[in-house]
Amino acid sequence: MSDIAIRVENLGKAYRLGSETEQAETFVEAGLNLIKAPLRNFRKLRNLDTFSTDRSADDILWALDDVSFDIRRGEVVGFVGRNGAGKSTLLKVLSRITEPTTGRIEIHGRVSSLLEVGTGFHPELTGRENIYMNGTILGMKKAEIDRKFNEIVEFSGVERFLDTPVKRYSSGMKVRLAFSVAAHLEPEILIIDEVLAVGDAEFQKKCLGKMEEVAGSGRTVLFVSHNMAAIQNLCGRAISLKAGLVVDDGPTKTVIEDYLARFKSEATSGFHNNADRKILSSTQVTDGRMLNSKGVATQAPCAGEPTIFELDYKTSEKSVDAIFDIVIANQHNVAVTQMRTEPPIQLGKEGTVRLTLEDTPLPIGKYTATVTVKDARSFKNIDKVPSAFSFEVFILKDFFHLERVNTQYCSTLSRQKVEHITERQEEQIEEANPAN
Amino acid sequence: MPDQKTHAPKPYVTVIEPHTGWRSVDWKELREYKDLFFFLIWRNIKVRYAQSSIGVGWAVLQPLASMLVFTVIFGNLVGVESDGAAYGLFAFVALVPWTYFANSLTEGTASMVTNSGMISKIYFPRLIMPLAIIGARMVDFFISMVILGILLLFYGVMPNSGVIVLPLLIVMLTISAAGLGLWLTALAIQYRDINYGMSFGVQLLMYAAPVVYPTSMIPERFQLLYALNPMVGVIEGFRAALLGTRDMPWDFIAIGAVVSVVLFASGVMYFRRKEHVFADVA
Repeated sequence: MSDIAIRVENLGKAYRLGSETEQAETFVEAGLNLIKAPLRNFRKLRNLDTFSTDRSADDILWALDDVSFDIRRGEVVGFVGRNGAGKSTLLKVLSRITEPTTGRIEIHGRVSSLLEVGTGFHPELTGRENIYMNGTILGMKKAEIDRKFNEIVEFSGVERFLDTPVKRYSSGMKVRLAFSVAAHLEPEILIIDEVLAVGDAEFQKKCLGKMEEVAGSGRTVLFVSHNMAAIQNLCGRAISLKAGLVVDDGPTKTVIEDYLARFKSEATSGFHNNADRKILSSTQVTDGRMLNSKGVATQAPCAGEPTIFELDYKTSEKSVDAIFDIVIANQHNVAVTQMRTEPPIQLGKEGTVRLTLEDTPLPIGKYTATVTVKDARSFKNIDKVPSAFSFEVFILKDFFHLERVNTQYCSTLSRQKVEHITERQEEQIEEANPAN
Repeated sequence: MPDQKTHAPKPYVTVIEPHTGWRSVDWKELREYKDLFFFLIWRNIKVRYAQSSIGVGWAVLQPLASMLVFTVIFGNLVGVESDGAAYGLFAFVALVPWTYFANSLTEGTASMVTNSGMISKIYFPRLIMPLAIIGARMVDFFISMVILGILLLFYGVMPNSGVIVLPLLIVMLTISAAGLGLWLTALAIQYRDINYGMSFGVQLLMYAAPVVYPTSMIPERFQLLYALNPMVGVIEGFRAALLGTRDMPWDFIAIGAVVSVVLFASGVMYFRRKEHVFADVA
């Protein structure tokens, strides 16, 4: 028997995008369109699954493009990439949910794929019934579930509600039950998509423990996650995807570092061409950068390490006392932490203000930072840059003593450091003071 | 690599490649998913009558209510003849298989769309889904058959030797429902029009089958053409066996059997041909 578990050769998957329908310009044309619409719609629907060999057609998106790799038996491989890179499509093709458009995959061994926890769960069925339903959908035999039933129930911790319809469960209970079923699969090859993003912190820890157990038991595991810490813990090898292409393949550590580094080159800065920004006075923040602890520009800071925000300013006014203020908001646009220069800074003609967010105590996720400069005397805004920075926080070490922190349960207390550099004074460091 | 599982030692290889055109049915795989098939049938039954006070009673209520309405309108008001049997019984004998057929079609067709969440998240032989719907409806069918038996006793009608044909008729009924159902399911997932037209279409179809009227009302020269609808053979066969209102219509049954086999085979083939795109277009 060969020791290859999965061989992927020149895999491609195309999707048809909705193409724009032409707009009627006259009333008659609108009437004609109305008559022709059913026929046009029919053609559009019929074409949903047909692709010309012409790769350049503009309404076709290649979600995967010429992807090739081999995975050996027993290897635990993590897939990284931003949203839309093709990770989920790859897993779907590997799980036989959808067929590739080109290429070939050879899988040696039985596969179970977990692209979602609780597939097939029905709210009207009881916990007991759903264990059987979900288990058979995941490919278990009834006899196998009978054998593992007690174990599954015990792991989920919902013994008392086993005969209650799942619709009366709390969402956490539902997820725990679903994960417990999935955790007791014993396939040779396991495909997992981001299922760790469930449950409360305690249960997540339990899940990760189970995952490590699976990964350590000699099974082949393919794992997609945005949780870099989890990937680093579980996987020996990582494959990085971008726009449907494999851009990196190798030991997890180097692949992840390269992946995070790539964020900076794709950075979009809110300081230039920002439509929401208004000129309020002659004092302006001209540019800004985010740096990591090594002083390298980044768009993907890591929790547990300091993040430095550098703001360049210029002013034509004399003796302005200004307060620089950075408010960081999460993806729900809720402010989570704030930094400001207090006491105010006396501005030179031009200079740089450097605010350091110690430890970057933010749960992983996407954030935007708004920069405001206030006149310390009138307290009026003299410059405001909405969405000056957008970035994504990752975790590389176990900073929170949890693998992943649920935003809902997390409040942060941040420490900051302020530095001011002007042409006159080379460096003037003000004392670190806590904010928020 | 030691393989500590109890699986057969033979290597289990899956090849995933793009497919176009026709594909045969993978019977071995279907057998492996047998448990899922039965659980899906069971789930369909269980879920359908969950949190309702009369539960499975609904399986009986639907044909019974239709029977009452038809008896009043067609039996009494319009005066449709019923080949000598009591009109209520005449209609009910047809309504039992018809309800099974109609519900299998409408629900089966919707099955892929309503379960699209499942289809896009996990692999299983897609054929299982619409077939499990039919399996669940078959349970309803047998419950109604029991009621039919009670009604026959009540009216004092004794079934004749024709009942030995009933299993054949039930198979014919099931595979034509499955065949047409598979066609429509495969079409419905890509063209939602099928879903919208379904309940209305099934209603129209009922008048193309001898549910409220006897086949004897159809002009002689059109009868064989009429029998292309497999439900004609099934319903008239039911009447012949249970009510004895006519001889066993072997000609209708023969035509219907051929049509239902063709429907089923082509339905399975079309479904298999289209199934690889389900997850993408659902």
